[in-house]
Amino acid sequence: MKPFTYERARTPAEAAAAAARNPNAKFIAGGTNLLDLMKLQIEAPAHLVDVNALALDRIEATPEGGLRIGALVRNTALAADERVRRDYGVLSRALLAGASPQLRNKATTAGNLLQRTRCPYFYDTAQPCNKRQPGSGCSAIGGITRQHAVLGASPACIATHPSDMAVAMRVLDAMVETVKPDGAKRIIPIADFHRLPGNTPHIETALEPGELITSVTLPKPLGGAHIYRKVRDRASYAFALVSVAAVVQRDGSGRVALGGVAHKPWRDDSADAALPQGAKAVAARLLAGAQPTHDNAFKLPLVERTLAAVLAQARS
Amino acid sequence: MNKPDRLTVSRRGVLIAGAASAAAGSLHTHTMAATETPSNTHHNAVPTASVTLEVNGKPHTLQLDTRTTLLDALREHLHLTGTKKGCDHGQCGACTVLVDGQRINSCLTLAVMHPGAKVTTIEGLGTPRKLHPLQAAFVKHDGYQCGYCTPGQICSAVGMLDEVRRGIPSHVSADLNTRPLLSPDELRERMSGNLCRCGAYSNIAEAITEVAGGLSA
Repeated sequence: MKPFTYERARTPAEAAAAAARNPNAKFIAGGTNLLDLMKLQIEAPAHLVDVNALALDRIEATPEGGLRIGALVRNTALAADERVRRDYGVLSRALLAGASPQLRNKATTAGNLLQRTRCPYFYDTAQPCNKRQPGSGCSAIGGITRQHAVLGASPACIATHPSDMAVAMRVLDAMVETVKPDGAKRIIPIADFHRLPGNTPHIETALEPGELITSVTLPKPLGGAHIYRKVRDRASYAFALVSVAAVVQRDGSGRVALGGVAHKPWRDDSADAALPQGAKAVAARLLAGAQPTHDNAFKLPLVERTLAAVLAQARS
Repeated sequence: MNKPDRLTVSRRGVLIAGAASAAAGSLHTHTMAATETPSNTHHNAVPTASVTLEVNGKPHTLQLDTRTTLLDALREHLHLTGTKKGCDHGQCGACTVLVDGQRINSCLTLAVMHPGAKVTTIEGLGTPRKLHPLQAAFVKHDGYQCGYCTPGQICSAVGMLDEVRRGIPSHVSADLNTRPLLSPDELRERMSGNLCRCGAYSNIAEAITEVAGGLSA
């Protein structure tokens, strides 16, 4: 790890201002991803702003009938919250499918959204990576790509976003609330929060320098069957090859998002509209324009089969 | 590590001091490095911060290089070497400790992030004369071979049983809205953050099941 100075912020505005004062600063909350990357010198902040004292660790009802989840709510606490279990089961399920219990006890809601790809070439500092070192090239292209993106990738990057939670947030149309260093607040729809890689795969979210996530809000409950199905190489404690988050109503309508296939959770309005027609129709729309590699072409039929399993579970 | 407080030179101490001297670019031999206090100039070059932790019921105030993980603070500064460093990247669970009652990977958190925290390590759970029930059960069921993952397994199991008591669901819980019981599948899923490369899993599961008592399905 490279040396860094450290401070504990007391308010969100103070934290954002501290980050803006120090150009090479990072916020730290759970730290489960950031410290991992700092040990490998993939991240090397000169200053850490600890945001754990910001009192953003509550889950509150919103006037609109939804929930406001503080940025510091730990993954375990969010998954176990009675309201989340009852009204947003897809979110509980997605959280519980991710990481290990020890990590979920520490990892936060905001940090989960901001976690970085587990592309092995991103992690291997001996190899070029446009995300780690902009302009150096992509070692994954032409490499071993079983885990990589089949949708929305670019000639600069074929990494996937590793979060399960974000896929459920996407299907629920969550909103990300932030504060900027000048104190201005803004609300970013989850659909616009994560970016596709394009020519700048190192810019992963819509956040501006020093901008701090303060909470994530969920709209009022949708009802219906909430399902998160994750397919991975181990039964537990592994990242998704493909995952499906779905909320399906009794009449067969609903919404669906995919994880493990792109640089962000993947959702398509036309696929939602096709839900009553079944998995094949939904998969065809979600996977329109897919560009798999030799190694990960299996993800296309796997998406359709996982959707079929999810829809069967919703009907049962 | 930067303030050796024991004059006896152990093999481990020599290895650690050797690593420190190598990092400082020193040409001292390992034995010389082990018996001298490393120069302060090297350590003053990096930012430090003070933190007070309550470890196994005792408060400790430490002045640490900000980079010091909770794991390294426990092992290298407080000499509580029961907590093990396996992968140092949150993948193996050997470093699991309880912080304010919750199990976490101590390798993936900085000590300075935990002012006032109550930390329980394997040394705080029981003593050789009075084992914690999980320690006794691991002995009885032979829940290890090499033993390296064992402190993490036991601390994790303590936290896990508490999570079940608090009704926290898991990935394999059939219903999110009923209280979970510790079925064999639940136990395996909930302990999946602790790897055992000797593969003593079946005995580990038996040991935990015995202690789980009424929580078992």
